Amino acid sequence: MDSSLFDRYDPLGFYCEMLQSAASRTVRERLSGLSIDALMQRAASANVELFNLGITFTVYSDAKTIDRILPFDVIPRILSSEEWQHIESGIIQRITAINLLLDDIYHNQSILRDGVVPPELILGNHNYRPLMRGIDLPHKTYVNICGTDIVRDERGTFLVLEDNARTPSGVSYVVENRHMMLRAFPDLLDQIGLRPIENYGARLISALHEVAPAGAGDPRVVLLSPGTYNAAYFEHVFLAREMGVPLVEGRDLLVENDRVFMRTTGGLSRVDVIYRRIDDDYLDPEAFHPDSLLGVPGLMRAYRAGNLALANAVGTGVADDKAVYAYMPRIIRYYLMQEPILQNVETHICREPEALRYTLDNLASLVVKPVGEAGGYGITVGPKASRQELDDCRAKLLADPSNYISQPCIKLSVAPTLVDGRVEPRHVDLRPFAVTGSSTWVLPGGLTRVALRRGSLVVNSSQGGGSKDTWVVA
Amino acid sequence: MPDVLLARYADCIFWLARYVERAENLARILDVNETFSRDSRGGQNWRSILQLNSDEERFLATHRSATAQSVVNFYVIDSENPTSIVSAIRFARENARTLRPLISTEMWVQLNVFYNRLAGLGEGELSPGNLASLFASIKEACQTHTGITEGTFFRDQGWYFYEIGRYIERADQTTRLLDIKYHLLLPSPSDVGSPVDVSQWNALLRSAAGYHAFRRLHGGSTTPQRVTGFLLLNRAFPRSVHHCVREVGRLLSEVKSRHSLRGGNDAAEELDRLEVLLGTLDISAVLRSGLHEFLDSIQRQLIAITRELSTAFFGYTPEAHQAQTANSQ
Repeated sequence: MDSSLFDRYDPLGFYCEMLQSAASRTVRERLSGLSIDALMQRAASANVELFNLGITFTVYSDAKTIDRILPFDVIPRILSSEEWQHIESGIIQRITAINLLLDDIYHNQSILRDGVVPPELILGNHNYRPLMRGIDLPHKTYVNICGTDIVRDERGTFLVLEDNARTPSGVSYVVENRHMMLRAFPDLLDQIGLRPIENYGARLISALHEVAPAGAGDPRVVLLSPGTYNAAYFEHVFLAREMGVPLVEGRDLLVENDRVFMRTTGGLSRVDVIYRRIDDDYLDPEAFHPDSLLGVPGLMRAYRAGNLALANAVGTGVADDKAVYAYMPRIIRYYLMQEPILQNVETHICREPEALRYTLDNLASLVVKPVGEAGGYGITVGPKASRQELDDCRAKLLADPSNYISQPCIKLSVAPTLVDGRVEPRHVDLRPFAVTGSSTWVLPGGLTRVALRRGSLVVNSSQGGGSKDTWVVA
Repeated sequence: MPDVLLARYADCIFWLARYVERAENLARILDVNETFSRDSRGGQNWRSILQLNSDEERFLATHRSATAQSVVNFYVIDSENPTSIVSAIRFARENARTLRPLISTEMWVQLNVFYNRLAGLGEGELSPGNLASLFASIKEACQTHTGITEGTFFRDQGWYFYEIGRYIERADQTTRLLDIKYHLLLPSPSDVGSPVDVSQWNALLRSAAGYHAFRRLHGGSTTPQRVTGFLLLNRAFPRSVHHCVREVGRLLSEVKSRHSLRGGNDAAEELDRLEVLLGTLDISAVLRSGLHEFLDSIQRQLIAITRELSTAFFGYTPEAHQAQTANSQ
């Protein structure tokens, strides 16, 4: 027997989620007892099962649609309960501040008058929705579902990279990955005090009931999806099933007398709460993009009239903007009078001349991100970029500096990952999911995304990323 | 909270059931044709299958002649052909994908795996020696679907629309089978009663899974009239038109009363009339006045019932029905 799975594993100087974590010892020892062939065999059958279950996202090439599974790595990422407690309290603090910020900017705007955040950054932001001014939301909760992207640097410090406060996705993979691990590795899980994640759907529907319009009685909740051709359709199905609510498309809904109805076999039926997986822009052609076919004409009328709850609320995109992100530590201090529990990655806001100069001077060592993009698009990673790519980036920065921020290149932590029959270090991040109704609850663990290409720092599924199950253990 | 079903879901579940039933019937017909319907010279008539589905013109536009291989390819693996088995299961799977919040995970997984298997079939796997087992496995996969559905699908409104779709499709398929075969099997008066003729009628019964039941009922006496009467009117035979129509009527009235649905009265009346007609039919009179015309009128009534269900429950406006018929081809 050629001893341990990890004998030839070398984290190459990065912080290793497995080797440097005391909490992972038991699991590490149990994994070491497996041969690489046994591990590969279990991984292969897990992947077949994911495909058969249709736990896929959809990619488009030529005229064909192809269902792909999110590549799944069977070696779990492990967090101790102390690490988790730190992350959890940091996320709750952050979401509390974000909801206070949103309520403020759509009402009194005191944070702008007090000069903490530049008004033009908020009011000039294309995700700021003037239509939301003066609307009072139950519990002042704007962000019901949040997915906070967290990375770990070479010292093992957790840093927030991004607040996804619009329609974050990925929670279905968290739960399905866990189901897969429970089936494929019952021997690893025994007696380690693994925190369960089964109750996400129940937590979500309770939170949605909490924000239902007053007088809705037993509120009717639906999940609004762009439809079966959306890349995240599987997740929409998953969430609708877990909550036990209808999965609807825009064409199933209509608005009459400022009330929302869905078309059923028995005629029209009232809808009180919509968990929408459609961006603001496409939600209501009367209020936003007039040519949107995905949305429902009149939805915003019903919303403004207080006859409908939307989760997340309209206009939350301003809070997860990459430029606003830079102010988040100050926003937390302003509203909560607390120090941030989770730190930001150091961020240079290129709209500020000094930050732009610094960015241009240090381009080769910085990561430059456009502020409006999601999914890892448009990012230039300085240390990995060619001369041509750096020149292009410089030109874009000079042409439109306020569209960019820059950050130092974080040496992301790694986790042992099964690649081509070997266990190798790969960079990971973490996206915990938080659900907020009258208060905030965080699903233990979250989605660990892993950059499967050697040396790559980009973990997005659209860019060749995979995922791991995340275990919070006692 | 009132029990509700999205109109669009009702439409999808109705067609999901129809497509799987359609695929099963097609597999039956191809299987029987391959195995049992050799004529006196040992040749097989593959053209009749093209006539059955009104596909002859479309087929001949892309194929030189109707050989066993070309017809089987056309109906099993040709994804460009909307009446192929792989297309039917693709449509079924697409509906199932839309319906995933409603149907059981087992139903979805089985259809997903079934479709992926069919989509991966190559011509090599359709060689003469493989066909019988291939058709058997397709039939079995369709029946597995039906069984999983029976055993796992929650009995709310969706179940009723599923069952209604399944029985309407089955009734329609039986009329089509009978229509083509009847005319094909009576080429000349002198053939009637000859041994070949009997084997052809037996093949027809086999393709509808009615051979043994027919034997139990009629012993050795196989006549065109008895076979036609059996397939059309027998109350106990699960694929007879009469049985299917009666089931649709029962399911419709049950779903309307249990779930307080007000629509669908036109369809219910149409079904009543059809059931009374089938219950009082004299088969020899039908054969005298023209079986084809009779079967044609039943098919038209089934289409009318589908249209009425679509406007009453599936959210179609009467004008949109044209488009639906095109989509669901």
